[in-house]
Amino acid sequence: MSATFVPRAPGAADGIRASAPPDLAIAEPLPDIIPPRKARGRARRLVARHPGAVIGGVLLAVVLAMALLAPWIGTVDPTALSPTQRTRAPSALHWFGTDLLGRDIYSRVVYGARVSLVIGFSVAALASAAGLAIGLVSGMMRRADGIIMRIVDGVMSIPPILLAVALMALTRGSIGNVIVAITVAEIPRVTRLVRGVVLSLREQPYVDAAIVSGTRPSTVIWRHILPNSLAPMTVQATYICASAMIAEAILSFIGAGVPPSTPSWGNIMAEGRALWQVKFTIILFPAIFLSLTVLAVNLVGDGIRDALDARMAKDV
Amino acid sequence: MSPSPRPPAPALLQVSDLTKHFRVGGSVLRKARTLRAVDGISFAVAPGETLSLVGESGCGKSTVARSLVRLVSPTSGQVTLAGQRIDDLPAGTLRPLRRRIQMVFQDPFSSLNPRMRVRDILAEPIRNFGLAKNRADLDGRLAALMERVGLPREALSRFPHEFSGGQRQRIGIARALAAEPDLIICDEAVSALDVSVKAQIVNLLQNLQKELDLALLFISHDLAVVEHMTHRVAVMYLGKIVEIGPRRDIFAHPQHPYTRALLSAVPVPDPGARRSRIVLRGDVPSPIDPPRGCRFHTRCPHVVARCKIEEPRLDPIGRDHLTACHLA
Amino acid sequence: MLLLSVENLQIHFRTPDGVNRAVDGLSFTVAAGETLAVVGESGCGKSITAMAVLGLLHRPPAATAGAIRFEGRDLLRLSEPEMREIRGNKVGMIFQEPMTSLNPVLTIGRQIGETLRLHQGLSRDGAKERAVELLRLVGIAEPGRRVREYPHQLSGGMRQRAMIAMALACSPKLLIADEPTTALDVTIQAQILDLMRDLKQRTGAAVLLITHDLGIVAEVADRVIVLYGGRKVEEAAVADLFRTPRHPYTRGLLGAMPRLGAAERADEPGRLAEIPGMVPSLKQRLEGCIFAGRCREATDLCRRFAPALEPKAPRHLAACHYAPKDALAA
Repeated sequence: MSATFVPRAPGAADGIRASAPPDLAIAEPLPDIIPPRKARGRARRLVARHPGAVIGGVLLAVVLAMALLAPWIGTVDPTALSPTQRTRAPSALHWFGTDLLGRDIYSRVVYGARVSLVIGFSVAALASAAGLAIGLVSGMMRRADGIIMRIVDGVMSIPPILLAVALMALTRGSIGNVIVAITVAEIPRVTRLVRGVVLSLREQPYVDAAIVSGTRPSTVIWRHILPNSLAPMTVQATYICASAMIAEAILSFIGAGVPPSTPSWGNIMAEGRALWQVKFTIILFPAIFLSLTVLAVNLVGDGIRDALDARMAKDV
Repeated sequence: MSPSPRPPAPALLQVSDLTKHFRVGGSVLRKARTLRAVDGISFAVAPGETLSLVGESGCGKSTVARSLVRLVSPTSGQVTLAGQRIDDLPAGTLRPLRRRIQMVFQDPFSSLNPRMRVRDILAEPIRNFGLAKNRADLDGRLAALMERVGLPREALSRFPHEFSGGQRQRIGIARALAAEPDLIICDEAVSALDVSVKAQIVNLLQNLQKELDLALLFISHDLAVVEHMTHRVAVMYLGKIVEIGPRRDIFAHPQHPYTRALLSAVPVPDPGARRSRIVLRGDVPSPIDPPRGCRFHTRCPHVVARCKIEEPRLDPIGRDHLTACHLA
Repeated sequence: MLLLSVENLQIHFRTPDGVNRAVDGLSFTVAAGETLAVVGESGCGKSITAMAVLGLLHRPPAATAGAIRFEGRDLLRLSEPEMREIRGNKVGMIFQEPMTSLNPVLTIGRQIGETLRLHQGLSRDGAKERAVELLRLVGIAEPGRRVREYPHQLSGGMRQRAMIAMALACSPKLLIADEPTTALDVTIQAQILDLMRDLKQRTGAAVLLITHDLGIVAEVADRVIVLYGGRKVEEAAVADLFRTPRHPYTRGLLGAMPRLGAAERADEPGRLAEIPGMVPSLKQRLEGCIFAGRCREATDLCRRFAPALEPKAPRHLAACHYAPKDALAA
């Protein structure tokens, strides 16, 4: 409560009283003890209530815009070599300096955002879709459940990043293969989540009600279970997106990710590794961008989760 | 097996020796045990009548409801609906018959899909059972349903969370009516509601029963509500019916000691009334290992040696009035 | 002697769609040794009031005004450490769901003992001995064994008995019971109600009983206040309230409640008197009487002027312009 708020009796209480019969016992109107919320725009209310989500959203929007507008925001060809300009410190010409081969780090970081985002979003979409399908089957069919869950347990016993490295070792480095490798490593987690959600939704009385109403099992899944499992799924998808971006950076950093010719944050850091004691800026900038982007995606995920929780709370 | 009591009219629903056992806790180290949720019960419901199933938590009354609509499959026994056996039908053959038995659930909040509009919730059974001839017919039916349960027609386009508990329960009742059933099972349908709203819903159910000649299987632990609206009552204890009979016989002249104790335990809103209360000692035994002999003997104030050895049969003691007690 | 005196209590909450005036101007008193029942339907503010008395409201989002005086001290103005001195010591509490109010990883004896050691400085052995004694007091068989068991090993009724034992551990002067039997079966409820009556006589503790069940009120309370929409609409001794309810809402509640014995009164199932409509939203300011929207007897006067609580008979208050008034009321 703000200190300046003065409790106020609402309405013209005395005026009302004047028109009442004289012997009527009228209750004294009580003051409000919480000041009315200041009339604020929607935007300011959102910032006040969910600062994290707003910061995350803005950050993510900036990175997205950067990736989309890469050619038009002061970048040069990120692969152009310039042997005379190697390992320069940040300057007006090269905002983030140059790397071992004289390539402009700013341009490489900006183009690298494309790789990270594409991989992050693709893995989130693919892993969610696959996990959702497998999780639904597992949650709804008791017989398939035992087999699926044993496979999932098996896959989950391998650390995801090792699994991705192993899968990458079987193929050539390309963005597509990185996406597949990380997706495979993420699917078990999503499957487990979806299965848990489905098992609890199955017990909901509205699912019983649908069955009693003569709804076919396939329609029960499609109409009652799937839509209600999307909310927790969306939140999970943002976390997968963030972890996929980190996984990509790790794979690229150890040389098992996207080909070195493609600028990605992991690649840039890998190349700067040897020089980090002398020229730490080469590693610094991609690292900052990676951290901020991952943070942004996680903040957005938390925001979605809070919004859904609030809706659930209101619903109950 | 006990003889099933005859209702006044030819039965709409006839349940014979219905049994539902669940396996619990089986693992590598431990043998699975059997939970006898419902252990051989028989009753019948006549068209247009209300039969109430009463008892405390764990007595199996909800399992009976769920077995009748096949949310769980009965372990054994027969369920006959208008002369046709429905307990052994495969899911596909059963679906059209589901229309005739509908259910209203306890929790008005979780029994409506939060992501569906009222219109779609009510249209679901109508579409499933192919009751509407065309779009206009469907709209007409939806409007009529809303009016029946006392909700404004505009509410069709709203979501469940926009309604209060009582209104949601009206939607749940409308959904059950949408299928044009002969029998509605109300599983604790008014237990979660506030007193003033409870009265509204109880009255609504009674009106609907009269207007539509519905049979009701009213499952409840609230004896005052049951006495108020039922025609006949079956009292359950640990998976068995211990007493069944017309409303007046059960409430005015209960014969089974459990029924008597149950009735005397209900608080009465009359501060002056000094009643002799039968306070049962101890708790209900577990249905995993129910007592031998009469299941009530561990808490019965009148227990004799025979009760601990021999299980009493549900025997007639009056017109349509049966009880399972050696001492009755 | 007044033990608890709630004066003009207001509890408002800020919610995304406006301020919820959950409790608005509530006053009542509890004398030493008496049982006061607070009845009302969900959303009437009865549980929030109990939370406020126990100092368990989170402020914010809640804001409070008025006073809750317990033995002369205003509980609303105490710090959390001061409140902890009172809670569990001078004020005991029993909640609806014993399973969630008991700590699942501590034995029953340990949980009762903890309170005793904290507030009364008993030794470990002393606390254990007293815990066994308390369990015996609340009618738990084999207390020596039960004291070593965990909450999940007890049945629902026994857990509620253990909760009561815990609430009584420090011989509180006031016991707050929020829907103490709502989660229990009717035969177990009868046992717990008997126990509560018996204990009240033996310990002399005053009880603030929060419930929606008028049957329970009739059986255990001395006085009753009826809440509607965060306000008190009627207050009377239990016999007076049931014999001559003065507020239309109280009459509505009594009429809407089915009572055992209907089968002897009529052959065919009858109809219940219903209160039409539903509780108004407390997020808007209402002019006039808060019950006017559902009251069959409401007039223009009711819709314009909120009735004040006034004595309608000796020690019988009601907030209704049209409530019958006895000549001796003043």
